[in-house]
Amino acid sequence: MRIKHHPILNDETRECNATIIVDGKKVPAIEGEPIAAALLAAGIRKFRETPKYHKPRGIFCAIGRCTDCVMIVDGIPNVRTCVTPVRNGMVIKTQKGLGEWGEKS
Amino acid sequence: MKTTEIAIIGAGPAGLSCAVEAAKAGAKVTLLDENLKPGGQLFKQIHKFFGSREHQAGTRGFRIGEQLLKETEELGVEVLLNAAVYGIYENKTLAYVKDGKDHALRAERIVIAAGASENALSFPGCTLPGVMGAGAAQTMINVHRVLPGKKILMVGSGNVGLIVSYQLMQAGAEVKALIEAAPQIGGYGVHAAKIRRAGVPIYVSTTIKEALGTEAVEGVVIHSLDEKWQPIPGTERTLDVDTICLAVGLSPLTELAWMAGCEFTFIPPLGGHVPIHDENMETTLPGIYVAGDITGVEEASSAMEEGRLAGVASAESLGYYDEDTAKRLKDEIWQRLNSLRTGPFGEGRFKAKIKQLQARRQLA
Ligand SMILES: Cc1cc2nc3c(=O)[nH]c(=O)nc-3n(C[C@H](O)[C@H](O)[C@H](O)COP(=O)(O)OP(=O)(O)OC[C@H]3O[C@@H](n4cnc5c(N)ncnc54)[C@H](O)[C@@H]3O)c2cc1C
Ligand code: FES
Repeated sequence: MRIKHHPILNDETRECNATIIVDGKKVPAIEGEPIAAALLAAGIRKFRETPKYHKPRGIFCAIGRCTDCVMIVDGIPNVRTCVTPVRNGMVIKTQKGLGEWGEKS
Repeated sequence: MKTTEIAIIGAGPAGLSCAVEAAKAGAKVTLLDENLKPGGQLFKQIHKFFGSREHQAGTRGFRIGEQLLKETEELGVEVLLNAAVYGIYENKTLAYVKDGKDHALRAERIVIAAGASENALSFPGCTLPGVMGAGAAQTMINVHRVLPGKKILMVGSGNVGLIVSYQLMQAGAEVKALIEAAPQIGGYGVHAAKIRRAGVPIYVSTTIKEALGTEAVEGVVIHSLDEKWQPIPGTERTLDVDTICLAVGLSPLTELAWMAGCEFTFIPPLGGHVPIHDENMETTLPGIYVAGDITGVEEASSAMEEGRLAGVASAESLGYYDEDTAKRLKDEIWQRLNSLRTGPFGEGRFKAKIKQLQARRQLA
């Protein structure tokens, strides 16, 4: 959920101006925001599955430290989505295990 | 190879203040940060700072950050963003990644101001999506303006837990409860009163039994603890939450200092293993300095003062300040630092910091 109004910070002035493709579905996003922010705004909380027990993981630190939020971004696995900025048209996939290299788009 | 006089790792309050002080003296300064934006923790802090007026109490954290950024720009400090430093090698050579490529930077002095990272807590379900650091939630709401969840359980009643709870409410979330394992609230009474007035129950002597859910958090079971910190059977209750925020302390981010070969000492009130340093913030390795949360978790105000100390001292060691001027500046900073480390919350840190300095003298 995006925060439109805020008592201390001003009202949100940015608008969604990009679309990313997440597991085949279109998700609206703001160019330059972290991929993780766009996913949370769209209500997506599971970002990957662990290699051995296939347990779900989402964000934990949100500042690039813990690697819990890694996904396959434009064919590159293990990309930390909390510190990687959105570009229009990015293709993002839920990562299973260590992920697989795919086609770069 | 790229060269500079003073390389500062981390553009939080400590690193920025250090850069300003060293650049003011005339030194060539390069500031590196792995984030896309400088400021460290400051830009998520939209509350008014506590402390005295000379430490900008009453000013909101992000305003202090904006001011520091402006000064570094005016002084012509070179700021490399999106630049993660991953190693410190011989001859004060740093290795960092920027734009997917490796780079090296050779410096005459290095200041490590990498800050701290949030501690985790283990309980059944602690790895589920929806369990996150309180700082992570704070980054999402105040910097990226996205709510990570709607119904929150906050764990930990230190200032971070109290402040982030309030900020989550300001952002539109519902904080169902704040729990604390200790028998009393850890942070300032004013912050606790504020969230209580807003209707959030604070349960002390209480911890998490388990988080519920399969794909993400769908609820949580909490239970009470007796005076030996053991769970009391029959006290379990289930709360309807989708997010669990952990505010259970920070640990200094010391990897680079370990790697460089700095000597450490173990001081629990400062967050565990901390690099040993002297009154100039210089570590046991000549020419390598530390400042801010990496030297022991404190607060932005003390991080800025430590940064200034390291800035003056490193510039002095390169001949940019004469001894008298440097001494005057450093004495002033130490006075302010000591006044920050007073009162019921500061005194413990004051004693811990003295122990850290003593560790240095024992080695000398
Ligand atoms: C909720 C909350 C409320 C707070 N309220 C207050 C308050 O009211 N008053 C107060 O005085 N303090 C407050 N603090 C504490 C204060 O924010 C910290 O003590 C302070 O930010 C520490 O400054 P620092 O410069 O040491 O580290 P940080 O601000 O953490 O900055 C470190 C920087 O280094 C960068 N970095 C780390 N490693 C690398 C690397 N390898 N390569 C490149 N860059 C790197 C990081 O990206 C970061 O930008 C609060 C903290 C929190 C979490
Ligand atoms: S959430 Fe920790 S690295 Fe992204």
